[in-house]
Amino acid sequence: MILSPHLKLMKFGVIVFPGSNCDHDAFYAVSHNLGQKAEFIWHDSHSLGDVDAVILPGGFAYGDYLRCGAIAKFSPVMGAVRQFAAAGGLVLGICNGFQILVEAGLLPGALIRNRGLKFICREVRLQVATANSPFTNTVHKGQVLRVPIAHGEGCYFADQHTLDELEAEDRVLFRYVGNPNGSLNDIAGILNRERNVMGMMPHPERASDPLMGSADGLTVFQSVLQAVVKA
Amino acid sequence: MIALSPELIAQHQLTPSEYAKIVDILGREPNYTELGIFSVMWSEHCSYKSSRLHLKKLPTRGRLVVQGPGENAGIIDIGGGYVIAFKIESHNHPSFIEPFQGAATGVGGILRDIFTMGARPIAVLDSLRFGRLDDSVTGARNRRILGGVVSGIAHYGNCFGVPTIGGETIFESCYDGNNLVNVFALGVCKKEEIFYAKAAGVGNPVIYVGARTGRDGIHGASMASAEFTEESKQKRPNVQVGDPFMEKLLLEACIEAMHTGAVVGIQDMGAAGLTCSTCEMGSRGEVGVEIELDRVPQRETGMTPYEIMLSESQERMLLVADKGREEEVFQVFRKWGLEAVEIGIVTGDGKLRVRHHGDVVAEIPNRELADEAPLYSRPYTVPPRAGLIPDYPSTKLQRTLPAMLAAPDVCSKRYIWEQYDHQVRTNTVAGPERCDAAILRIKETGTSIAMSLDGNGRYCYLSPREGAKLAVAECCRNLSTVGARPVAATNCLNFGNPERPEIMAQLVAAIEGIAEACSFFDTPITGGNVSLYNETLGEGIYPTPVMGIVGTLKTGEPVTIPFKNRGRKVMLLGGIGDCDDTRFGGTQYAKEFIKELWGLPPALDMEYEQRVQFAIRKMIADGLVESAHDLSDGGLAVALAECCFGANGIGALIELDSDLRPEMLAYHEGPSRILVSTEFPNKVAAIAEKYDIEAPVIGVTIDKGLEIRQRTITLGAWEIAALKTAYTQSFETYLR
Repeated sequence: MILSPHLKLMKFGVIVFPGSNCDHDAFYAVSHNLGQKAEFIWHDSHSLGDVDAVILPGGFAYGDYLRCGAIAKFSPVMGAVRQFAAAGGLVLGICNGFQILVEAGLLPGALIRNRGLKFICREVRLQVATANSPFTNTVHKGQVLRVPIAHGEGCYFADQHTLDELEAEDRVLFRYVGNPNGSLNDIAGILNRERNVMGMMPHPERASDPLMGSADGLTVFQSVLQAVVKA
Repeated sequence: MIALSPELIAQHQLTPSEYAKIVDILGREPNYTELGIFSVMWSEHCSYKSSRLHLKKLPTRGRLVVQGPGENAGIIDIGGGYVIAFKIESHNHPSFIEPFQGAATGVGGILRDIFTMGARPIAVLDSLRFGRLDDSVTGARNRRILGGVVSGIAHYGNCFGVPTIGGETIFESCYDGNNLVNVFALGVCKKEEIFYAKAAGVGNPVIYVGARTGRDGIHGASMASAEFTEESKQKRPNVQVGDPFMEKLLLEACIEAMHTGAVVGIQDMGAAGLTCSTCEMGSRGEVGVEIELDRVPQRETGMTPYEIMLSESQERMLLVADKGREEEVFQVFRKWGLEAVEIGIVTGDGKLRVRHHGDVVAEIPNRELADEAPLYSRPYTVPPRAGLIPDYPSTKLQRTLPAMLAAPDVCSKRYIWEQYDHQVRTNTVAGPERCDAAILRIKETGTSIAMSLDGNGRYCYLSPREGAKLAVAECCRNLSTVGARPVAATNCLNFGNPERPEIMAQLVAAIEGIAEACSFFDTPITGGNVSLYNETLGEGIYPTPVMGIVGTLKTGEPVTIPFKNRGRKVMLLGGIGDCDDTRFGGTQYAKEFIKELWGLPPALDMEYEQRVQFAIRKMIADGLVESAHDLSDGGLAVALAECCFGANGIGALIELDSDLRPEMLAYHEGPSRILVSTEFPNKVAAIAEKYDIEAPVIGVTIDKGLEIRQRTITLGAWEIAALKTAYTQSFETYLR
């Protein structure tokens, strides 16, 4: 059998909250750059349909006027995300999506104002802290990726017990090289205990095309593809 | 009924003759609400009454122009069935009074101008001017204004989800009480999906969508049409409050509603709010519009018709739908959680009729209100002349270059643009400070566009006409330096009080300069904005026309500013150029080291400029240059240093064959010059010869360090790290 180079092996769902603004970018990265199927899922859906992985994209869900992600966690779709995660489905929270997952209790800790109190948009270097995840299985531990950040509230914060647990259970996914926002333990991304839910502040979808300055972020989506195909 | 005393009429900034014209149009005395309506529509801000006569001189037609001035934004065909809509707007006065909200709503206003045309905004650039940050009296206030403006732009643009990808930030004492915030926005849509702000179809419903109406921003347009006095600082309630989340929802809902096919026409409510949107849509469609104010969603109770009509509350739109299909529109707005209310209908009598509790509270012919505002041919004399050539000592380049690179106008503004999301939508091929122009790919067409904003108040003060031409030339040069062909322009004309003949003279000369240059470079003006009365306590700003020009290019790796490899020839397209004391008075060097402004701006030969631009575009198309950077503020020395700030630390050894005085050689700002590094000097020289431009090899790239010699004499030699530190680390220190 000859495999078509355009063979669609999986389907990503991209959730659209009112105020999401990286939804199209995530959609473009997984459909155009990765070449897989993708569909938008409106925030008041009660089901994710037949997707193999779901992305909570960046933006300012509900304006983020109360606290980032604090209102989005009450969206009807979050019930479906919870069920999907509980059943082992792969969930990626990027930037505002990470903030929402934390608010929803699917990931531990909190994301607070950057130490410099300013929004920062710049390319950072990320060290892969573990390759033992469905999001980093195509890279190796210690590898450094160039991926941009764009956030005002991306300083990862948690109590010492939680931090110890994350470290002991190898659940830190990425660490900043040259911490831009004051995150504890230089944490840029983490996993849940079951390792199927991840959140990261940097934007891999913005680094999925060499023309945008880096394609290192595409490895995250390639890893998901790998994990889904193997499963 | 409030009696209309002469004082009340004067408070509305209407002259006795303007009032007589109103009476003539109505055939009776206006009531208070009508007086308010006329006063905003006939304000300088909305009616361009001082500038209209001269704006007619601007070239507005071109092969690619789909929509010229007169709509919410200009539109250009970029091929492949797609168009781009773009415009620049000022929000100078509000940003001075309340920097954060003033700047934020400036961004919000121009974004609505773009998506009201059916185009999704994909880029914002901003041109900012403030008073000096180090001034002992006003410095603290200027720093606070800068901080507020930058946060306001970041707040609105980042949340809305549009990348802010470039611009300029300049500091000058004349902007002390009158900072400039000019915001450019650009959007893209399919050619057949353009929408116009035109009412049509008698009996069609008029629908109000978006945020509720409050008492904010009443008379914002009139405020922007008067000089500042001490009392102006009390006008904070005239500044609106922005909600970028609401705007984001409004964008998505409007675009979705447009796709239903049930929308006939749509206009945003910006300056002069409901008044402007109703009468302009009616006037363009040559129809009448009748509305009932009771149905207008209101945030506050007890609002009078006057207040509702003049409110400038943000994030509101007015649309006309096809009768019988309004439910399709309502459904979309419900999905996005937005209010959409039918507030009136299109009528056949050409009048704006406003009812409140069923009673008619205003009835004015649309066309006369919207398009027959007074037109003034204000007297103008000659622009003020600058002082004489001062005596100034020679300086050492070794010492001045690091200082020049640290100067507020010259140094890196990373501190500012890192606060802007400049990548969202993943189209940014070249964001801030990477190339001479910002570059975006257009995913829909597979091609790219480049954008640049440029203005130079110092040049324009010395000669408004030549300064304006230089701004157009530099803007086009920035585009050409990334390989883009300039295709169309927008402009923001920031001037003082037009009732002063010498200020009016500046405005007229600048418009004529823009007209001449835009005709020459074939970049028609498709829209823009005029901001007058930029004066505080009788002190006018430098005349500051800001150009925004858009170019088209193929999508690919951009040619960026820094040198890439050692051993490459450094060539100066356009040549070293010439300068004399008279032409040196407008330069950054004169500003920073002599602290004077005199003489004339640099001399521009547009024919030569165009040949230089043709040449660089050809060189880039042929893949001959590894880096390209045009010479602007700070001249050759600054441009050379900037080329050395790449990641790999490549520097250059430069030998200049010239008899100019060293500071003139290093810092004169003659236009039509571009620095390139190349592996193929012979091929570059051949193209230069073909276009009949100079292109001397002035040096070679080396592993480290920058050294500049005049023939055999070393003018300066530096470690790149030292120069880079001055360039990159200075700005933040000015804010402390």
